[in-house]
Order: sequence, then structure tokens, then C-alpha cells
Amino acid sequence: MDQACLTFRDLTLGYGSHPAVHHLDGVVRRGSLTAVVGANGSGKSTLMKGIVGALKPMAGTVTKADGVRIAYLPQQSELDRSFPARVVDLVSLGLWPRRGLLGRHTAQDRAAVAEALAAVGLEGFETRALDTLSGGQLQRTLFARVLVQDAGLILLDEPFNAVDAKTVGDLIALIKRWHGEERTVMVVAHDLDLVRHNFPETLLLARQRVAWGATATALGPENMARARRFHEAWEDDAPWCGPDAHHHAHDHGHAHHHHAHDADALASANGPKAA
Amino acid sequence: MQTLYALLVAPFVEYAFMQKALFGSLLLSAGACPVGVFLMLRRMSLSGDAMAHAILPGAAAGFLFYGLEILPMTVGGLIAGIVVALGAGAVSRFTVQREDASMAAFYLISLALGVLLVSVRGSSVDLMHVLFGTVLALNNEALGLIGAIAAVTLASLFVFWRALVAECLDPLFLRSVSRLGSPVHFIFLGLVVINLVGGFQALGTLLSVGLMILPAAAARFWTARVETMCVAAVAIGFASCVAGLLLSYHAALPSGPAIILSAGAVYLVSVLAGTRGALRARLVTHRHRTA
Repeated sequence: MDQACLTFRDLTLGYGSHPAVHHLDGVVRRGSLTAVVGANGSGKSTLMKGIVGALKPMAGTVTKADGVRIAYLPQQSELDRSFPARVVDLVSLGLWPRRGLLGRHTAQDRAAVAEALAAVGLEGFETRALDTLSGGQLQRTLFARVLVQDAGLILLDEPFNAVDAKTVGDLIALIKRWHGEERTVMVVAHDLDLVRHNFPETLLLARQRVAWGATATALGPENMARARRFHEAWEDDAPWCGPDAHHHAHDHGHAHHHHAHDADALASANGPKAA
Repeated sequence: MQTLYALLVAPFVEYAFMQKALFGSLLLSAGACPVGVFLMLRRMSLSGDAMAHAILPGAAAGFLFYGLEILPMTVGGLIAGIVVALGAGAVSRFTVQREDASMAAFYLISLALGVLLVSVRGSSVDLMHVLFGTVLALNNEALGLIGAIAAVTLASLFVFWRALVAECLDPLFLRSVSRLGSPVHFIFLGLVVINLVGGFQALGTLLSVGLMILPAAAARFWTARVETMCVAAVAIGFASCVAGLLLSYHAALPSGPAIILSAGAVYLVSVLAGTRGALRARLVTHRHRTA
């Protein structure tokens, strides 16, 4: 069996008492390239936050294989673009895992930064101030930082937002390069064509897992129809989820059906949403 | 030449109190100005002012029990400042409230407590000392304290530089690669507090924040790099101290406000004439390149 990079065991993540990711089980294999797909509010970003540890699980666990470093590109960056820094300063932050607080940046490190900038097509941008970059240029700068981080697990949350077609192509090429280097990559994406063409595996989320596996199957008509019935809003009077309502001891096949059943029940209770 | 000497150099050569005042205020600038740069870049300039007020009850408590003595007032101010910084920082880190609101809440409580304590015993002359400082009466004990604060500040900035920059530039990233995010924030707030406490001997609680913020705000108009901004802020701080003390000496003005007003003048000039200032943006020709 393939080595696990990430293992979710009955993972529930959320805000207040409302789950955004509900009882997720499964394994992300080492070296796999997975798209995370789902409607707004289906728990994609929440799952990413849970993996990096920015959000503590309400129940269950997410386990990372030993020694795996994470590079995480959040959907909503807290980057302060007015801070007086240059492109090269931002990309050099990616050296942190290797050099930490006090380690000197060597000539080799500077070469790695320059190489990363070249890989995203930003040669000549080294000394540009951050507030002079366009949205797509900034996104490529952040990809360069991910490159420099040299991590085993790469998490990208909607990296293609507001990025032009050519840049999407460049970024996809980088993602494929990481996949070729046997890094584990998870990418939150909305463009299903892009996912079908470029991602071998897909996790389809609708708060719970709707499907997870080979992209063609996961994004098949039946699963897509089921995901579309997902109701985004929280319900203040939703029943409490407890041991009686959910059976913890089950195998994967069972879990899959069980969750699908839950999603159906939820949808029929609220009436089907217009697609 | 003679008059220039008499004007600029003689006061510092001839009077020991002027030498001490100069030495103390330069030491103060060396630590406080770079701290001010980071305070400004974190959009916390007004928090510096709030922190300066927050120190008051501690200093007042020291004054209440020991009279106008430097050490107890300093320790008291330090404790009050750290309580407020930790309280406000913790509320903003662990609840939905942002730091501006939590800082405002804590400093207002602190300020009211301070005014209460001073009025319990002090005469208005004492209150003036606490509020406006006495740079011309710095003794060796105070100089030692200011020197220690400057040394601790510069050493901390040197060690935590990379984390401080990362925490300002991209805090979420720092949290994803390191556990230093929260500690470095509190270390920074601690540096703000000790520098304000160091400053209140010389400049008073109300004005000490001026030497922190004004040179930093002025330096922003001259450079686009953090490193050079810190150096420029220190240079502006030094110049303001020398100019302020001379002004105070020759015109018989109170020294604290004279130093801060000198920094204020540099700020106003920088706003207009700085390489990144208002005039340059207006006056530069509207020619543009093809790419």
C-alpha cells in the first residue's frame, strides 16, 4: 500500500458549534496530486486550515506523516502590501524552514530565490516594491516563495483566482513539476475543466465528503448532482451530531454511503437548491 | 566661527547637565526610533500613544509610595505598561476584538487610575514632572537605565529582526512556518513599553512617544526599505535631540517639548520635501516611458 502523507480520521472542523467539514475520513497518499472541489462554503478552505493547524479539530484527527514540511498558500492572505519590502524579500521568507530566525542566507539560498523567480517568469522583478505588482504578479511571487520553501506537502487554496489564462498555464506547469518531484500537492479549485485535465485525483466536498478518488469518477454526473444539493447555510436548530446520530466504527465503503445518505437527507429536508 | 561655536558646541562643553541630557536623549533615540518604525509599519502609531498613557498609573504608584524617585517610578511604569500590553495583546489574539479597541479599553482604564493616584497625593508641580519629564535633570542612575534599555532594545531587534519583519509583512505565513508569531508580537510590545518608560524620565509620559513615532513617520518619506528606514529614523532622532536641547538652552524653553517639536519640524519638512513626499509626487514631470 502507498505511504500516507495525511490521514483524516473522523475529522470535524468548524466554527462555533457548526461543522464546516463533517466527519471526514481518508488518506492523502505521498506524492499524490489532488484537487479539492466543492461549492462556496463546502469546507475546502476550512480543511486546508485544519491541515496546517490554524484551526483545531472539533472532533477526530488529522495526522501528518513524520518529517513532512508544509507550504501553504491561503486564499485570503494577510500579506501587507504597503509594507516596504521588495519582491526578493517576500520570496526569501520561504527560506525560513531552512534558515530559521538567525541562520545566514548563503549564496546558495540567494541562487534558489533567483531560480524560483525565474521559474515563475519574474526575472527582473527582484527589487520591485510589493505595492507596484499586479494581482497575477503577486500570485506568482507567492508561488516562487512556495518553490523556495521546498516542502513535501504543498497546499494551495484557490491559487487561480483573478489570474489570467497564460499565468494559470504557468502555475499549472509548476504544480505538475512538483507532482513530478513526488511532492504531495492539494489544490482548491473551481474550474472543473481545469481539474479534469490536470488533476489525477479529486476530493469533492459538500461539508462531508461526497466523493474522493480518480477525478473522472469523483466528478461524474451522479456525484456532481449530489454535491449540488448541498445546502450552504448553517441551521441554528440543526440536530446535535452525537454518537447516536453517527456511527464511528465503519469501514470506508460504509462511510461513503453513510455520508452520501446524510447529504441526501439534509438536501431533502431543505428542498432541492436551484442548480 | 566663534558665534557658531558658542551657539552649537559651547553649551554641551561647558555644562555637565547639558552633556547628560544630550547623552541620555541620544541613547533614547537609538532604541526608541527603530521600535517606532515597526510600530508605524504595523499601523500601531496611535497604540504607542495609548501605551504611553497606560504607563501613568504605575509611575504614579511609584511616586505615591517613594516620592519623585526614578527607580520606583520606572519599575511601576514598567509593570503597568506590561500589564496593559499583555492584556490588550491577549484580548486581540484570543478573541474577536481587534487590537485598537482592546488597547483603547485597557489604556483608558489605566489612565484614569493614574490620574486618580497622582491626585490623591501630588501637588500640580509633581504632576507636571510625571507628565512632562525633566531631561535637564537626568542623573547617572537614569542614564544607566536608559543605556540598559537601549542595549536590550538593539540586541532584541538584532536577534528577532527576521521574525519582526515577517510578522509585519505576512503574519499568516510566519504562523505556518514557525511558532514565533505570538511570542515575537509580545516581545515587540515589551520593547515599546521599556522604551516609553525610558523616555518618560526625560520627556514625560505624554511626550516620550513623540521621539518614538515622529522620526519614524518622517523617515517613511525618505526610503522604501525597512533597514534604511530604521537608520534614517535614528539619525532624525539624534538631530532632533541636539536641535531641541540647543533651542531649549538658548531660548529658555522646556527641553522635552523643544526636542519633540524639533522632530515635528523634521516630519513636516519630510512630508513636503521627502524623496517620497507630497511635493515630489506633484512636481515630477508627467512624462512617461513606453514600458
